[in-house]
Amino acid sequence: MAKGFADKVRETQVWKSIFRHGPPDNARNRAAVVAGNVFLHLHPIKLKKSGVQLGYTWCMGGLTFFIFLALTVTGVLLMFYYRPTAEYAFNDIIALKEHVPLGIMREIHRWGAHAMVITVWLHMFRVFMTGSYKPPREFNWGVGVILLVLTLLLSFTGYLLPWDQLAIWAITVGANMAKATPFVGHGGPGAALAQIGDFVMVSDKNDVRFQLLAGRFVGEPALLRFYILHCVFIPLVVGVLIAVHFWRVRKDGGISAPL
Amino acid sequence: MSDETKTNLNRREFFSYLSVAWISFTAACAGLAGLAFRFSYPNVNFEPEMEFIAGSVDDYEEGVDERWKNGFGVWMVKLEGKLFALSNICTHLGCIPNWLPAELKFKCPCHGSGYYTSGINFEGPAPRPLERYKISLTPEGKIKVDKTKVYRYEKGQWDQSDSFLNV
Repeated sequence: MAKGFADKVRETQVWKSIFRHGPPDNARNRAAVVAGNVFLHLHPIKLKKSGVQLGYTWCMGGLTFFIFLALTVTGVLLMFYYRPTAEYAFNDIIALKEHVPLGIMREIHRWGAHAMVITVWLHMFRVFMTGSYKPPREFNWGVGVILLVLTLLLSFTGYLLPWDQLAIWAITVGANMAKATPFVGHGGPGAALAQIGDFVMVSDKNDVRFQLLAGRFVGEPALLRFYILHCVFIPLVVGVLIAVHFWRVRKDGGISAPL
Repeated sequence: MSDETKTNLNRREFFSYLSVAWISFTAACAGLAGLAFRFSYPNVNFEPEMEFIAGSVDDYEEGVDERWKNGFGVWMVKLEGKLFALSNICTHLGCIPNWLPAELKFKCPCHGSGYYTSGINFEGPAPRPLERYKISLTPEGKIKVDKTKVYRYEKGQWDQSDSFLNV
């Protein structure tokens, strides 16, 4: 009875229009499931048995991706209640806890951010210890390093958004590291060389810290800039690079396995 | 393709056109990237002016005056016959210390750096004294503070003429 119903559903035009392949009960159809799906096609069609051996991969890359998705969902939900202005930002953070159902939402986002930093480091550690950075995977290691830096930048930019004393001074200190960048930060080595007479080429109003903060210190323009970086700019870049990363896992010989 | 639309490009001409096309395309992309970079630097910002008039010499008593701290980030300090404009940016990592009148010191809440009234560091991680700003008298006898010019103790610049006023 139940099987008959399932078969009838599979024969409807709606089902067939969504799933162009037959039931995945043979090798050809199982391959078609992966190859014919826009999300799954980044994934290899076939895996070695050892590829799902948890003790070898720790599934750290997969966990990182899962947390990234969870952060995207919770982050979008938080955006419904948060206004990145000096007047509202801090109050909206309080309101997210006090005036909104599921006041734990921001904590989930924050814990997820911590967890993602941890898993991304562990993923890197695993890839290093198993030698999976070696050719032909060296390009993908490079992509991974950029993704690691972007993960840290996501944490950094998200840190300012609560707009409390901790946030403002943490970003002040962090932005002063940008000030110390060689040649492009006005406090860094080399900045003094770029001075012609009294004309200072790299100053506090045109250096890399000014670009980051849209000002000389952490103020409302910095809050808006960090909000856009945190919610739009960096996630877009990360999303593209994740696609490249997964695609290259597939193209560079699949997930690395014990020799 | 009809005969009318056929061109008589030879191989050499084709490649020269192609070069021009690619160079133009690359230049256009680089130009757009440059514009996008320039876009990140606003032409106007609404931060306090770097120069301001800080009243007259008679307005200050011996010790630290905090009236310009919130607006301009400057302490006016009158000490042993000298009046100077002290930066309120901690030389450790750029937080803003507090003036503690009972203990006669500036104390940074971030990592605990401490400075004497003169601005010289004596405790905590601060690597050097607070900076002083250019201070001068206008023709009307008002005090003008110019934050674009700093004087550093460790470079021996606190002896320079515009780093203090004799009072």
